[in-house]
Amino acid sequence: MTTANPFSNFVIIGERTNVTGSAKFRKLIEADDYAGGLAVARQQVESGANVLDVNMDAALIDGPSAMTRFLNLIAGEPDIARIPIMIDSSKWEVIEAGLRCVQGKPIVNSISLKEGEEAFLRQAKLVRRYGAAVVVMAFDEKGQADTTKRKYEICARAYHLLTGHGFPPEDIIFDPNIFAVATGIEEHNDYALAFFEATRMIRESLPHAHVSGGVSNVSFSFRGNEPVREAMHAVFLYHAIREGMDFGIVNAGALAVYDDIEPELRERVEDVLLNRRSDATERLLEMAERVKGGAKRKDPERDLAWRGLGVEKRLEHALVHGLSEFIVEDTEEARQAVSRPLHVIEGPLMAGMNVVGDLFGAGKMFLPQVVKSARVMKQAVAHLVPFLEEEKRLTGMAGRSNGTVVMATVKGDVHDIGKNIVGVVLQCNGYDVIDLGVMVPAEKILDAATEAKADMVGLSGLITPSLDEMRFVAEEMKRRGMTMPLLIGGATTSRTHTAVKIAPSYSGPVIYVTDASRAVPVVQKLMSPEDRVGFAAETRAEYERVREAYLASQDKRPRLALAAAREKGLRPDFSAYVPPKPSFLGVRDVSMSLAELAPFIDWTPFFASWDLAGRYPAILQDDIVGEAARGLFKDAQAMLARMIDEKWLEARGVVGFFPANRDGDDLVVWSDETRALERARLHTLRQQMDKGADKPNLALADFVAPAGVGDYIGGFAVTAGVGEVEASERFKKANDDYSAIMVKALADRFAEAFAEALHFRVRKELWGFSPEEAFEPAAMIAEQYRGIRPAPGYPAQPDHTEKWTLFDLLDARTRTGMTLTESLAMTPPASVSGLYFSHPQAEYFGVGRIDRDQVLDYAVRKGWDIATAERWLSPILAYDPARDAAKPAGS
Amino acid sequence: MSDRERRLAAVEAERQKRILILDGGWGSMIQTQGLEEEDYRGGRFCAHHKPLKGDNDLLCLTRPDIVAGIHAAYFAAGADISSTNSFNATAVSQADYDLQYAVRDINLAAARIAREAADAAEAQDGKPRLVAGAIGPTSKTLSLSPDVNDPAFREVDFPQLAASYQEQAEALIEGGADLILIETIFDTLNAKAALWGVWEAFDKTGVALPIWLSGTITDRSGRTLSGQTTEAFWNAVRHAQPWAVGLNCALGPAELRPFLAEMARVADCPVSAYPNAGLPNAMGGYDQDPAAMAEHYSEWAQAGLVNILGGCCGTTPAHIAALARAVEGVAPRRPQQPPRAMRLSGLEPFTVAG
Repeated sequence: MTTANPFSNFVIIGERTNVTGSAKFRKLIEADDYAGGLAVARQQVESGANVLDVNMDAALIDGPSAMTRFLNLIAGEPDIARIPIMIDSSKWEVIEAGLRCVQGKPIVNSISLKEGEEAFLRQAKLVRRYGAAVVVMAFDEKGQADTTKRKYEICARAYHLLTGHGFPPEDIIFDPNIFAVATGIEEHNDYALAFFEATRMIRESLPHAHVSGGVSNVSFSFRGNEPVREAMHAVFLYHAIREGMDFGIVNAGALAVYDDIEPELRERVEDVLLNRRSDATERLLEMAERVKGGAKRKDPERDLAWRGLGVEKRLEHALVHGLSEFIVEDTEEARQAVSRPLHVIEGPLMAGMNVVGDLFGAGKMFLPQVVKSARVMKQAVAHLVPFLEEEKRLTGMAGRSNGTVVMATVKGDVHDIGKNIVGVVLQCNGYDVIDLGVMVPAEKILDAATEAKADMVGLSGLITPSLDEMRFVAEEMKRRGMTMPLLIGGATTSRTHTAVKIAPSYSGPVIYVTDASRAVPVVQKLMSPEDRVGFAAETRAEYERVREAYLASQDKRPRLALAAAREKGLRPDFSAYVPPKPSFLGVRDVSMSLAELAPFIDWTPFFASWDLAGRYPAILQDDIVGEAARGLFKDAQAMLARMIDEKWLEARGVVGFFPANRDGDDLVVWSDETRALERARLHTLRQQMDKGADKPNLALADFVAPAGVGDYIGGFAVTAGVGEVEASERFKKANDDYSAIMVKALADRFAEAFAEALHFRVRKELWGFSPEEAFEPAAMIAEQYRGIRPAPGYPAQPDHTEKWTLFDLLDARTRTGMTLTESLAMTPPASVSGLYFSHPQAEYFGVGRIDRDQVLDYAVRKGWDIATAERWLSPILAYDPARDAAKPAGS
Repeated sequence: MSDRERRLAAVEAERQKRILILDGGWGSMIQTQGLEEEDYRGGRFCAHHKPLKGDNDLLCLTRPDIVAGIHAAYFAAGADISSTNSFNATAVSQADYDLQYAVRDINLAAARIAREAADAAEAQDGKPRLVAGAIGPTSKTLSLSPDVNDPAFREVDFPQLAASYQEQAEALIEGGADLILIETIFDTLNAKAALWGVWEAFDKTGVALPIWLSGTITDRSGRTLSGQTTEAFWNAVRHAQPWAVGLNCALGPAELRPFLAEMARVADCPVSAYPNAGLPNAMGGYDQDPAAMAEHYSEWAQAGLVNILGGCCGTTPAHIAALARAVEGVAPRRPQQPPRAMRLSGLEPFTVAG
């Protein structure tokens, strides 16, 4: 169940409520047994059908009235009416009768060009007026399409006719005709292949349209031989879905597992479907004779050979095939073999579910089968629960709670395996778990959390729309003023999604929990008074980086025109806001000793510079890199002490404050408080990604008041690298590269620490807008303070050349000895510079990719030609200047 | 450009800039007038064979002064849009009074009275006002059987209901409505029949007006009477490409909020809301006061959930005035285009990526 599964969007249309496909259903309707018909419909829904196909086309049935009656009855059965209906008939009057009975948005199956364009468009217009999607058969005036070329041409013609008349392409499903193969007629041999190829062409060339088909047609020549038919269906789907088929009319209760098909049979079926050899049909027919007897049939429900396997393999087999008959006895056997009942869950049961996940991920299992597996898993866990409780009681865990977690699968989602496992694991560790079940609306989750005074909320979901719902829950938590941590888990969730979409919606901690095994350590940390704040801050900082990386990689997302982005800029209300005035204007030298700087060091990037991934201090205890990290840290501490004692490095810097105002996306720096003479102009870049209606498109200029309000801007340039190169060289000459690198790595840390410490002083005293701020390194690393210090060349202002202006303003070269290389690198290397913004709404962000319109505008503002602008901004261009330049001007 | 087009364009421009204000409740306003059977009958229906008291829409013909007064009060309170007094003016609903024959006249009068009141208000302050031709759900439902022993039975069918709505819509258009408001939708299939009838009316009159849809979530379960969730409802009607979509009636603002947030999340067009003045009290009345409601309106507006706000049962011109003050200067919600996808629904939504 990986997010990469290309088949998880495959829509299963339940076919058993179709009188042409099911003799049983036809007999029920003919006998006026509509209650029996409803039972068939319910069975389809329970087996995992996403859409219910209803067809009443039979000689002895009055189509319109049977359709009306059956759909009216379904309307009264909420467990069936839950899913959309496919109204299936070859007669328009039956389709229209059906359309008049469903309140939701159904699918019409089908219309075609059989009777020409006029009739086709008339029916399409009515379909649209009734608010339905539509299946279009590859059928025209000349007949049904059988070759790849005809299939595609008819579909393309229908597509252009429909979309040309305003029919939304996403509401079109093409049925390029699945015909029987292995009929003995040579022309039929290519039928399956033609379907696959036409499917690929439709999906590639007719945007947003879907492809469906009645799969059972393909095996028509093997009527009566169910083993071969099921094998053909499974193999056909496997290939068709790869080409882009995203709907299928199938018997939702009887889908074979691709991997379960006996390999020889599977190969021969594949030979037929892909028309790989001239004797494919003969070979399959020959084998079908043998298979028919049942000797070769691998029937997981009747073949009990697997009972001879070891208990772990038996559990896996039961999970993969959804067999619950022996699950309790096998689970019990497994329990007796281990010391703690929990080990059965964490061991063989999880292993079995991983196999299920892998098969699903590879498109070899379908969702209904996975649902069956989940059911078996639940039965196994249910058997273990009393033993787990008993264990809890004996170990004295009962009655003593480590904390309370409210958990739910969010609204619109029914998947709860992962959540249940997490629940069990947490309970085993002494936490109280309030499990609200599946399909739980935000309101209910948050009411329960508030009422139970829960310590945290855990959300789970498997399908993609759940991601949106989770964000909604987060927004609701924020709106309600909640502060408790929010845990996110489930197969489609990810760290990136959590960081990008959910965490920004909520002010409390939001933590992505990879899997059940991570749940306990995360909950422990969040409950621990010592670790809680630091862990939340670390996670927040980590997610900020994930967000930046994500935004930077999102070049394909739609972007706003510069004018529109400016329209959406942040416009803080300056009418009731008095910008704080710095304690001095102009530039001052600053210096700090290494001893003073050491407490400000953020160690995590230090380990990253040695390619050790992990957060400090947790990295020291890490299973994989912990030992290496501890050794490195010990060496670093030793050198740090020497550096301080022996004054290897010197830290120097400048800080300055200036009257400033926003002018468009520029910042005017004034000579003095009269604000009459422009001393310098700083340029900023604006985000052009589509951030949605309620999030502003930021530029740094937004954080400064426009003319008329007395606002200010600050700047700084600091280095801790005076002496760095010399110290490093000394070690290098002594062939001690390790120490040479260590010097540089530590110098870098000191420079960053200097910037951090100076910023703290600026906030508290030099600019003085946060005089009450206490010294808390964890909070500082997580950037939980007012104001920002963005550096040119970093995400909020990716143009390095702004450093020239900054260095000039600060007179940094003369005062500190720092210089800029021609590519704007600072020397000594251990240096940091940046601007200060004081506004409470100022925040770090990434400009992301920008379009040509902003580059042109920026070039004019900077006094550059376009090529210069494109060169300096090349890492963030959303277009290829080389290709773009080839276009004629004005296009 | 016709007068109607000019008004629509002017209000549309306003909609981009601020939250539009709809009027408030009608039933409770009429109740306070203390009308008697004779008021409802007037001269024209004095000899009708059935009691008519309670047929509020009939007042458009028999006490037009009262109807006009309510429109005027709402416009004066700050409403940009007032809806016609025609909620039950379809042949299907008027059959309860045997007044099917009066349906066309009621709707014509309802639209004309509202039109005059709107024009008078505009003449006074220069602010364009819209008349929304109100189309209610009728007293019958297409998705539910009234007979427990025969769940397949329906009291009315789609073509009958569509024809009944078409008759109403034609008269509302003719009488001068600017919009068609299909409201208090408790059964989406009824709404689809209404859309069908309205489109037929557009085809017949050659006048196509913007369509506004407003569903009703009946209780805290978050579903319509016929069982759909908010998103399922939206999926079932979004083919109408409405001018606006929203929720009204049944709930007070506090209870409505989660479902309104859901609508604001899924709808790609302007979103409206006009809740009741709280939940009914022990006497079946509504008593949430204007200030209390204004707090909710203000919060919704700040949260960017809405483009059009008004009131339903129990709300008065005082509520509308408080509403207008509460949301003044707050930016309206900006509708977002969702990714292209096939968005189906039964009682619940089902989306297939496009």
